[in-house]
Amino acid sequence: MGYAVTDSERVEAPPVAAPSRWSSPVMVVLSFAVLLVAWHVGATLWPSRSFPAPLSVLQTFISETASGDLPYNLAITLWRVAAAFFLAMTIGSVIGVLLGNHARADQFFNPWLILFLNIPALVIIVLAYIWFGLNEAAAIGAVAVNKIPNVVVTMREGTRALDPRYAEMAKVYRLGAFDRLRHVLLPQLQPYIAASSRSGVALIWKIVLVVELLGRSNGVGFQINLFFQLFDVAAILAYTLAFVAVMLFIELVVVQPLEQTSTRWRRRAA
Amino acid sequence: MNKHPLAGAAARLKVNIEHKSFRSSNGGAIDVLQDLQFEVAQNEFACILGPSGCGKTTTLRILLGLEHDYRGTIQLPGVAQARMGAVFQEPTLLPWRTVEENVRLAMPRQQRQASLDTLFGQLGLSSMRNFYPGELSLGLARRAAIARALAIEPDILLLDEPFVSLDEATAQQLRYLLMTVWSERPTTALMVTHNLQEAIMLSDRIIVLSERPAHVIGTFDIRLPRQYRSEQVKADLLRSFNEKFAGTRNAP
Repeated sequence: MGYAVTDSERVEAPPVAAPSRWSSPVMVVLSFAVLLVAWHVGATLWPSRSFPAPLSVLQTFISETASGDLPYNLAITLWRVAAAFFLAMTIGSVIGVLLGNHARADQFFNPWLILFLNIPALVIIVLAYIWFGLNEAAAIGAVAVNKIPNVVVTMREGTRALDPRYAEMAKVYRLGAFDRLRHVLLPQLQPYIAASSRSGVALIWKIVLVVELLGRSNGVGFQINLFFQLFDVAAILAYTLAFVAVMLFIELVVVQPLEQTSTRWRRRAA
Repeated sequence: MNKHPLAGAAARLKVNIEHKSFRSSNGGAIDVLQDLQFEVAQNEFACILGPSGCGKTTTLRILLGLEHDYRGTIQLPGVAQARMGAVFQEPTLLPWRTVEENVRLAMPRQQRQASLDTLFGQLGLSSMRNFYPGELSLGLARRAAIARALAIEPDILLLDEPFVSLDEATAQQLRYLLMTVWSERPTTALMVTHNLQEAIMLSDRIIVLSERPAHVIGTFDIRLPRQYRSEQVKADLLRSFNEKFAGTRNAP
């Protein structure tokens, strides 16, 4: 026979918090509109070839899109960002978890980590091109190496914050390696993975542009270098804004819903 | 250093811990257990009773395989690797998995699809299966932890003060629940507690530990089946317990 749950035992979920006014879509649109108007007014008051109005940037965007150049180069850059991101997150997480678990190894490798954290991105890129040639692997590898130390630092902190009680529970109940990874380790590291992904994408896409500028013959970075030599600011802005828009889209459509699903156990808090 | 002989079918739990100490942060060693020996028969419910900080939890952690640095032998019941159902002091449910997912995750893979309706029904968790642990009260989370320990059909059930920090009514209700589900699938069980009334209500035998370094002062067998333990009987048992251990232990 089962025992009924008394009212005092049941915990009511707190009421769902009303969404903050600042994150509402209306506010976002309004905010961007104000920026656009300010830009337009500025460009009208001080007309210059090096400071085009929003409309001429839009025109360049349309013509570049129609010719197929912009989508092609955008896709190339996106693929490089994705590949470098995946590489950096995987390798960085594995190293970070290992260092967080083994204090002795951490002490030994910490100076290396500090060294790599402080090597300028440009140096790694140049060395990668010299040692491995002007190819795709060197480009993506150089970007990943730039990001890995940051991921290591974040994931190491995450590993130190792991709750040993869950590991003990997993040991007593003999959870398999896959179950431990998927149900015990990754959920605990999730906030740290999210944090390093967020900062990672922003950092990686900036470095990808430098890599493309220095040693590739396509991609947004290569195009921007081209337009720099032509002094075509409208095209530079068109490419930049197109890429930022894509990243914003990924953030809103992929990252945020994913985060909401993976944290729905947190008592339905906002 | 330590031996963990699990080979061969053994029905009894045999514990013989010669020595266990902890190293404190300032370098000194604290002796926790010294010549601790006891046995628990198959399908017997035993309680380890002892003063606070005497090493009860450490004993349980050694049995669970979470402490390795000790001298002595232990023999767990069951063939080869004993399946252990553990209820920790805190429920230790994964907060990002529902109650049911938590229970199923602990089960061996080939049993994961087994029906849990009866178990959840008996523990009053049927309507809570899809709740996350954060949405449960401590009492309900404890029930889920008990469900997890029993769902794996353990060779031995190890409980570490499972009713601590609950109000007395809830704790008492949980004790009855534990007895109901345990009687249906009896296994060798060892519960750590500092609550004598609880031990008298639940156990077949009480193993009384000394102050640190802990060893067994004596055991107190209760042969009367639980359903006959009325308030009067429990009071009598309490009195004879206190008589037996008068010199060694302050009556609660």
